[in-house]
Amino acid sequence: MLGKTAGGIYWMSRFLERAENTARLVEAGFRIALTRSSDSASEWKSVVTTAGVRNGYMKKYDSFAGHTVIDYLLRDTGNPSSVMSVIENARMNARLVRTVLTTEVWEAVNENWMTLKEALRRPIKETELPGILGTIRQQSALVRGAMHGTMMRNDIFDFAQIGTALERADNTARIIDVKYYTLLPSASFVGSPLDNVQWETILRSVSAHRSFRWLNQDDMTSSNIADFLILDSRFPRSLSFCSRNLGENLGFLAKDYGVRMPCNDLVERQRDKLRAHDIGSIFDEGLHQFIGTFIRDNNAIGMQIEQDYRFNG
Amino acid sequence: MTEKRQLFDEMLLDGDGVRQPYGAYQEWFSNEDPTRLTKKSKEAEAFFRRTGITFNVYGQEEAQERLIPFDLIPRIISNREWARLSKGIEQRVRAINAFLHDIYHRQEILRAGIVPPHLIAQNDAFLPQMIGISPPGGVYTHIVGTDIVRTGENEFFVLEDNARTPSGVSYMLENRETMLQMFPELFSQNKVQPVSDYPKNLRRSLAASAPAGCNGKPTVAVLTPGIHNSAYFEHSFLADQMGVELVEGHDLRVVDGRIAMRTTQGYQNIDVLYRRVDDDFLDPLNFNPDSMLGVPGIMDVYRAGGITIANAPGTGISDDKAIYSYMPEIVEFYTGEKAILKNVQTWRCSEPEALQYVLDHLSELVVKEVHGSGGYGMLVGPAASKKEIASFAVKLKKNPSNYIAQPTLSLSTVPIFVKKGLSPRHVDLRPFVLVSPKEVKITPGGLTRVALKAGSLVVNSSQGGGTKDTWVLED
Repeated sequence: MLGKTAGGIYWMSRFLERAENTARLVEAGFRIALTRSSDSASEWKSVVTTAGVRNGYMKKYDSFAGHTVIDYLLRDTGNPSSVMSVIENARMNARLVRTVLTTEVWEAVNENWMTLKEALRRPIKETELPGILGTIRQQSALVRGAMHGTMMRNDIFDFAQIGTALERADNTARIIDVKYYTLLPSASFVGSPLDNVQWETILRSVSAHRSFRWLNQDDMTSSNIADFLILDSRFPRSLSFCSRNLGENLGFLAKDYGVRMPCNDLVERQRDKLRAHDIGSIFDEGLHQFIGTFIRDNNAIGMQIEQDYRFNG
Repeated sequence: MTEKRQLFDEMLLDGDGVRQPYGAYQEWFSNEDPTRLTKKSKEAEAFFRRTGITFNVYGQEEAQERLIPFDLIPRIISNREWARLSKGIEQRVRAINAFLHDIYHRQEILRAGIVPPHLIAQNDAFLPQMIGISPPGGVYTHIVGTDIVRTGENEFFVLEDNARTPSGVSYMLENRETMLQMFPELFSQNKVQPVSDYPKNLRRSLAASAPAGCNGKPTVAVLTPGIHNSAYFEHSFLADQMGVELVEGHDLRVVDGRIAMRTTQGYQNIDVLYRRVDDDFLDPLNFNPDSMLGVPGIMDVYRAGGITIANAPGTGISDDKAIYSYMPEIVEFYTGEKAILKNVQTWRCSEPEALQYVLDHLSELVVKEVHGSGGYGMLVGPAASKKEIASFAVKLKKNPSNYIAQPTLSLSTVPIFVKKGLSPRHVDLRPFVLVSPKEVKITPGGLTRVALKAGSLVVNSSQGGGTKDTWVLED
């Protein structure tokens, strides 16, 4: 398999994952805006920050109104992380690696692009937003379904999984990073309305509000939420789950190719670190520092993978 | 002679009825509901869009992807017609390979005074770097797409021998797939020779042309200029169908005297490179130094026999439009037989008498650039305005040897499907020929290109042409 092709499928997967995550952030923000309108500006601001596009946004707008944030995050092709931009990028990468994709996967990616291009052609009216967000989610699910149902379980699939896991871990970590203060035990008053809103937003941004409730019933505490997002081994967006997934897929590659690479060591170190902690020791170490280190390590693993498998030369 | 009688329609007879190969099809068609066909036609377009069968058009503001319109009425050729055509094509392709070998070695044909030496020596398509090189297996043109036009029952002409990097074969294959999906019943009523073996045959043919030193199964790869090339879809399609890697210049480098591609596990040697990059861009060290698309040093590896390049560099000298007019003599020189397929009468504007004739008859002729392709930079006299003709005459006089002229052929027509039913449109045909050291294989049929504008003779997709599925019947 060509290094360039591995890179293409890795980035295709990252971009697809990013589109879905951005849509989810907007969805959570929109919900807060509807249900707690007094907090909406600061909520939209943190949505933009979490999406990692605050500088670009501030160059274009000077306030955080719902409709401008939504437009910037979903439609604006001047924003390299907008859903439209990343779907374009995902499709471009899919075209680049078309020879290693099944027809079903290629068609799903192509259709995703065609559908969203149409759906995001004009500025979005508030009444249309839920439908469009639903479409984004649905299209992602179609691509994922095609991947799982039709792709061979070989290095090609591994690189796709690796891209997805890295992007997903990064997304969850950034959500925690932006709101870490609401999760600190010192700052929390159990049951205070402020925290409830914040916690709910966090959980909604990773589509976990229901699963969390199932697991914890009424026991909604900052510590429980942080534990769930960082260490839960069942929740597919927790840092621990993503890291394990990443480690496994890098392991498949090492086994398949018969060579252990530096990236295998890096991800192993990250997993060891997560395993060595419980939520108490993470708070002791400092939640903010812990998450910051995780994001840096995650990026470093990504760069090491690009190098080890010769994506660019 | 009226305009109507000049036109030859391959399906519809002048009075009622259809020509013999269309018999069974006509029976089916006459029982079809036009609304259903219109719906099918839309389905086909949606199918092409979804599968991403698109091409990019150069020179448009936004490098957008466009569909080549597909017409659902097939072009049907009888087995008898095809037998003669394919024999003529094979003869011509063999002659072209012999010509190329000769031109880059002893140049007997120049010594014999059949082709004037200046046409070779002063021709940009002639690559001095190829002199004395014998490609593996002696094959120069592994893939040829011979453009053929028809003007009557038994009148077939070769319009162009595309011996560099002919494109369009993916449309031939996808058009058939589309027809099979839309109208399966047609294929049980008509025995149509299959085309789907093409990718398998292409791979075999390429592998059979591997360098002599290649042990074991040859590694084949397709070299594309990249995702922005107008034919990128086809490049990835062919690589995919053959099960080989699709590489770009920056994936390749010379490693220990071989061409190798950068894989996730290090560099892996390539034996046969099916390149869809022009000669000029193939090797910045040996040709255009600004090229980012090629592989520095690949010509040196090639010269040393370390890789097969398909088609060989320098094949352009054989499909050059100035050489074209000598093809009947070239065929006879190398095969000892009369050419089976006719050439279109051609005026070489480099010759003063011919130039004068062309200038006097511009409104009747088609004038083409010697090195042009894709329908760009040509004059179709009968369709041009006085002003266009006048300004073309200026260009022509300035650089006559850059042009050839041909009579405006009344290309045959095949009906396309329109709201009101059937409406005749001009067509051409590009069969695809595979050449290996052992054999010449021609896929039955090829790509039929159709001018969608009534009366238009320009079938190029970049100029608004469409395509049809092409059937060669079995009987």
